[in-house]
Amino acid sequence: MAMSELIHLDQAFGALADSTRRAILARLAEGEATVMELAEPFDMSQPAVSQHLKVLEDAGLVASRVQGAKRPRRLAKVGIDAMDQWLAMLRKALETNYDRLDEVLATMDKEKVEKKRKGEMQ
Amino acid sequence: MSKLTLKTEGDTHVVVTRYFSAPPEAVYRAHIEPGIVQKWMLGPDGWTIPVCINEAKPGGKIRYEWAHPQRGSFFLTGEFVALEPYSRIVHIERMHLPDPTPDNHVETRFAPDGTGTLMTMRMTLPNEQTRAMMLSTGMESGMEASYVRLEQLIASRLARGGAA
Repeated sequence: MAMSELIHLDQAFGALADSTRRAILARLAEGEATVMELAEPFDMSQPAVSQHLKVLEDAGLVASRVQGAKRPRRLAKVGIDAMDQWLAMLRKALETNYDRLDEVLATMDKEKVEKKRKGEMQ
Repeated sequence: MSKLTLKTEGDTHVVVTRYFSAPPEAVYRAHIEPGIVQKWMLGPDGWTIPVCINEAKPGGKIRYEWAHPQRGSFFLTGEFVALEPYSRIVHIERMHLPDPTPDNHVETRFAPDGTGTLMTMRMTLPNEQTRAMMLSTGMESGMEASYVRLEQLIASRLARGGAA
């Protein structure tokens, strides 16, 4: 891996270490949006959103284009990869719980068999 | 190889499926009986659910409180909408972090699949922004473990890159 890519990855990681920025990325995963559109659902001022967007742009996660007076933002390739990774991790977090449930279910099954056995013995 | 699928559907849904090698009755009970829920719905290691209330009837109250010795606590409240033993649970939930998140309407189905159960959990959020918010910040405790994993992943990539 090239050193520039490593620096990028490090920056991307820093940019992701904030729940608002992750939410902005998740919103952009749904499609292009302007600062105003991004500010509304998050109940944030436009300057605050712009500041978060700058961090995301510097990290290469978000790209923009010029459309008249507006600058709609979209996910850059790295941003798309990052969101894919977050979804994979959400999946993993759920899997941790369900793996535990597998064990609980196995115990429930055993208890049931034992109860049945006891019932038969009486 | 993962047994779990997680995908978005339309603008406001998130659908999770998971197969369990236990009959629907057991999987259904494991989702509503507090004594069982407290054993598995824990998120990452170190978290417990000291308060787990499930009034399993339409309109019944739901309240889960998660706690960690170092990381503090957060809670979830909700209401049951419909319960069909042992095939379907409909409920509404919101996390308090500490501000309440928008209502998440959840329908969980338990369908027999061979000797096991196919669970399908369909979440409906008020709008796509809320869904985006939930996917990125929701399940706070779970995401924290994931975040640690991300750190490890990136650290190992950096180490590999450095060695090359």
